[in-house]
Amino acid sequence: MKGKKAYKHWRVERDEQGIVWVYFDKADSNANSLSIDVLKELNGVLDEMLTKPLPAGVIFLSGKSNGFIAGADINEFTKVKNYDEALSFIQLGQNTIDRIATLPFTSVAMINGFCLGGGLELALGCTFRVADDGAKTKLGLPEVQLGIHPGFGGTVRLTQLIGAPSAMDLMLTGRTVNAKTAWKMGIVDFSVPTRHLKNAARSAIMERMVRKPVKSSVKFTNSALVRPFLARIMRKKTSQKAMREHYPSPHALIDLWRKYAGNPRAMMQEEGKSVARLVTDSTARNLVRVFFLRDHLKELGKLPASENKIFNVHVVGAGVMGGDIAVWCALQGLQVTLQDRKPEVLAKVLQRAYKLFDKRLKDRLLVQAAMDRLIPDIGGYGVERADIIVEAIIENVEAKQGLYRSLEPRMKPTALLTTNTSSIPLEILSQALKKPERLVGLHFFNPVAQMPLIEIVTTPRTDPICAQRVAAFAKQIDKLPLPVKSGPGFLVNRVLMPYLLEAVELYTEGVSQQLIDNSALYFGMPMGPLHLADTVGLDICLSVAEILSKQLNVKVPNVLREKVARGELGVKTGHGFYAYSGDGKPTGGGSASGKVSKDVTDRLIGRMINEAVACLREGVVTDADLLDAGVIFGTGFAPFRGGPMQYVKDNGTNTYATRLHDLQTRYGDSFKPDAGWSKLANQS
Amino acid sequence: MSVRKNTSRFARAVYVVDGARTPFLKSKGKPGPFTAANLAVSAGRPLMVRQRFLASDLDEVIVGCVMPGPDEANIARVIALRLGCKEHVPAWTVQRNCASGLQALDCAAENIASGRSNLILAGGVESMSHAPVLYNNTMVEWLADFSRAKTLGQKIGALIKLRGKHLKPIIGLIRGLTDPIVGLNMGQTAENLAYRFNISRTQMDEFALESHRRLAYAQDQKYLDEIEVMYDYRGNSYNQDDGLRRETDLVQLAKLKPVFDRGFGSVTAGNSAQVTDGAAMLILASEEAVKKFDLPVIGRIIDAHWAGVDPAQMGLGPAHAMAPILQRQGLKLKDIDYWEVNEAFAGQVLACIEAWKSDEYCRNELGLDGALGELDRSRLNVDGGGVSIGHPVGASGARIVLHMLKVLQRAEAKRGIASLCIGGGQGGAMLVERVSGVTP
Repeated sequence: MKGKKAYKHWRVERDEQGIVWVYFDKADSNANSLSIDVLKELNGVLDEMLTKPLPAGVIFLSGKSNGFIAGADINEFTKVKNYDEALSFIQLGQNTIDRIATLPFTSVAMINGFCLGGGLELALGCTFRVADDGAKTKLGLPEVQLGIHPGFGGTVRLTQLIGAPSAMDLMLTGRTVNAKTAWKMGIVDFSVPTRHLKNAARSAIMERMVRKPVKSSVKFTNSALVRPFLARIMRKKTSQKAMREHYPSPHALIDLWRKYAGNPRAMMQEEGKSVARLVTDSTARNLVRVFFLRDHLKELGKLPASENKIFNVHVVGAGVMGGDIAVWCALQGLQVTLQDRKPEVLAKVLQRAYKLFDKRLKDRLLVQAAMDRLIPDIGGYGVERADIIVEAIIENVEAKQGLYRSLEPRMKPTALLTTNTSSIPLEILSQALKKPERLVGLHFFNPVAQMPLIEIVTTPRTDPICAQRVAAFAKQIDKLPLPVKSGPGFLVNRVLMPYLLEAVELYTEGVSQQLIDNSALYFGMPMGPLHLADTVGLDICLSVAEILSKQLNVKVPNVLREKVARGELGVKTGHGFYAYSGDGKPTGGGSASGKVSKDVTDRLIGRMINEAVACLREGVVTDADLLDAGVIFGTGFAPFRGGPMQYVKDNGTNTYATRLHDLQTRYGDSFKPDAGWSKLANQS
Repeated sequence: MSVRKNTSRFARAVYVVDGARTPFLKSKGKPGPFTAANLAVSAGRPLMVRQRFLASDLDEVIVGCVMPGPDEANIARVIALRLGCKEHVPAWTVQRNCASGLQALDCAAENIASGRSNLILAGGVESMSHAPVLYNNTMVEWLADFSRAKTLGQKIGALIKLRGKHLKPIIGLIRGLTDPIVGLNMGQTAENLAYRFNISRTQMDEFALESHRRLAYAQDQKYLDEIEVMYDYRGNSYNQDDGLRRETDLVQLAKLKPVFDRGFGSVTAGNSAQVTDGAAMLILASEEAVKKFDLPVIGRIIDAHWAGVDPAQMGLGPAHAMAPILQRQGLKLKDIDYWEVNEAFAGQVLACIEAWKSDEYCRNELGLDGALGELDRSRLNVDGGGVSIGHPVGASGARIVLHMLKVLQRAEAKRGIASLCIGGGQGGAMLVERVSGVTP
């Protein structure tokens, strides 16, 4: 190892004990990811290492502070044009990691921070894995979330290392685990505090540790005897969450394992081919698009350089939304005062908070710290200190305006004032303020802990700095900010409402609940529209529909009014479009695999998309990407379709507009193509 | 008469800025919903949130607590960090039994007076329902032997030796309320006083009834605005002291059996302080801090005194602690607008009143020329006391000082004394004045 070679992405150091430390520090990048360039250089590093005298061992570690390796370079993935290109990239990764796995000396992956996808596959190629037990360490193979599955030997090595049930579960769900769990599962050999990380890696080499042979019980899970049986269970479980037609990759992964797990060499080859096939499929392409849309929204939440982060949040109104917003902010590390007149309402919020914190944080002391950050505040003491105030009281103009009048003189001059209103125009609410330009809409979705999106609502008068700071706040609390123009229903509710009302219309026509919901589920919606309406509450649906119908071209079906008048409000009263038993599940609810009608799907989705086109024309959001992002993250719109506008594009804009025309002739003017279609057609 | 310059015991003026306490929750015989630290945090959070300074601006945190839980070593530090004081704010715990909360205030006052600190969060807390139940020594020895047993035979041998006596627990609360020198429990020391001053069961019960009546009135009039609503994690809120018995009367009180001297005693659960969980926290500041943060002030701490008495008659502590303050300040009984004498036992407060009325007692035991006089009971514990509100031992001292300031504010009065008797034979007292600003 004479004459140190210089690398762009790697740094190689040999210590006095003869251990080679290979630092991965990808050039021009915040995080380490495996690109073709990186892998080619790594082969050079391996060549250098294999020149005599051989080192005592090699330790792979990160030269960056945020993590080990985030996975394969997704940007490079998007550039792959065809099957052959994809396969050659995959084979480069497979061969490189194979070389690590067959080194004539011990290799160790020293993991701190994220170790995902290709990063974990590289680590699995090493003799040993040691991981930092800190909160930042996350290990996993989340490839299915991008429409593929592990392709750098991960499917082969992980199933062999820890057995099929837990390995396949990790790969099929794409979930990540912390170091301690990874150690329990057998993925890493040591889970240690930072202070022992290097010692552990060094010891694995210097003490000549030898891997214990894989237990026969682990081997058994991959044997030809049990594979057909286990594969059947996996398929059943997977189908419940992801239909093959929508998400082929988990199913391809099960097929791969069932057919080839008995022959690692063949499995490796087939793994590569399978991923190469999936990469070029539309699902993967659209899921990667969703991944980038998420990044795009995060970018929109960039904090202006001169501004400070938020420390103190004051939420007024401890109802479902206000309470959950406060709880979420406390979970995200902010100090929160939650103001309400009623102690018993605040007490219920704290109970909810405790449940959520216990589930998410697990550790008793972390739960206590989060509870300490959430301060019930009958006196409204938190106003003066707050960096941001979130108003979430009843939807009543006078009440909100009165509150703003009392808040404004007490607030810090730099404090942000936001409202969670979903139906009252900011233009009206802000009239109560001396500085109306400071009011920004901060529209959360229910349930707050699960919904990733927040609409950041502004009017032409809104101070852009305030709006930007509010968007940054959304990002700070780990949500995705979507800037929208003030207007009825903003984006998400406005697009959702025609879809829900069409479902009610179909129901009125005598179409069964199941057929309606099945047809939406089959399209890829996360929940059928009638089930969704029941979950939201029919009273809430009705009131939103009434408000929107005044301003937009929607009619409120009578059956909705009748149900609300009868007190059939959905899940909360045990009866709506479905009857509900104690567990909140509908009796005879829909399923994606049930009977569907293409016409029903077209009517439901058609109205949604037509409204989306109207939003785009009116500039509710600035472009089609943001529209897709908003509808996917706000409604759960079939992510594998890449969003409504992407769906239109994939179908051909003119073709889709024609389909709407056809629906209009058959079902009336609610399908009348919006004026925005002609502009769209010209663009494509 | 009312202008008294430079009479404070403290070299630099000590101001009280604000204070808050939890509702006091009567123990139901098993661990209550709040640990001591949770109680103090419940009182401290709303208090700190409404200040013009941050928790990290405090110079120190001092908390009195008699029996912190096993996870609450130096409970003041636990409280300080949980209230958002950053690492740099030191915190320490003080213990002077029933006056631990008052001790914390006195320590804070001393440190402000000496110039060591300018801004201090001080108070007291006790979760008596969480008092530990301990293994006895025979059990501890057995456990040690068992853990040393290596073979199965040795382990079985050790198990065979386990007897019922090993499992007899030590109730921490009972031990804590028993004098370790004279061996009497606190109730028995009150019996001693009833005997010595010839105080009847009826007198005690009448006193107890009045305590409940006054608390009920104070609650109805919303006088207790220092109380902040407290929340557990199970969806419940607590907004009032729950030891109040509105429906009780002399007949019912008379039915109760004596609990400490069973048989012929007269001290009952009805005329004793309740075993209670609670916390009270105050913010004390120097003139410098008041000006720096532009703080409103509600009062000044003028003087404090600690006295020792016979442990078997510990209830006389207040008589001995208050008298020197009056002497030092040249004050007569009538110069004090209001009195808070903690009601550990009705008989014990009555004994203090009797002692001050007695020429003989004042001469022989207090070294005075003659009787101090009769304390006006209409100005004593005007909104109830330990008998009705409860006496979470570490917290009461802070509670009565805070409430005294509230009473002075409400009555637009000038001067008040708060005092407690202390298990082990001591008394503590603090003289406060209502002020509305730092101008002398």
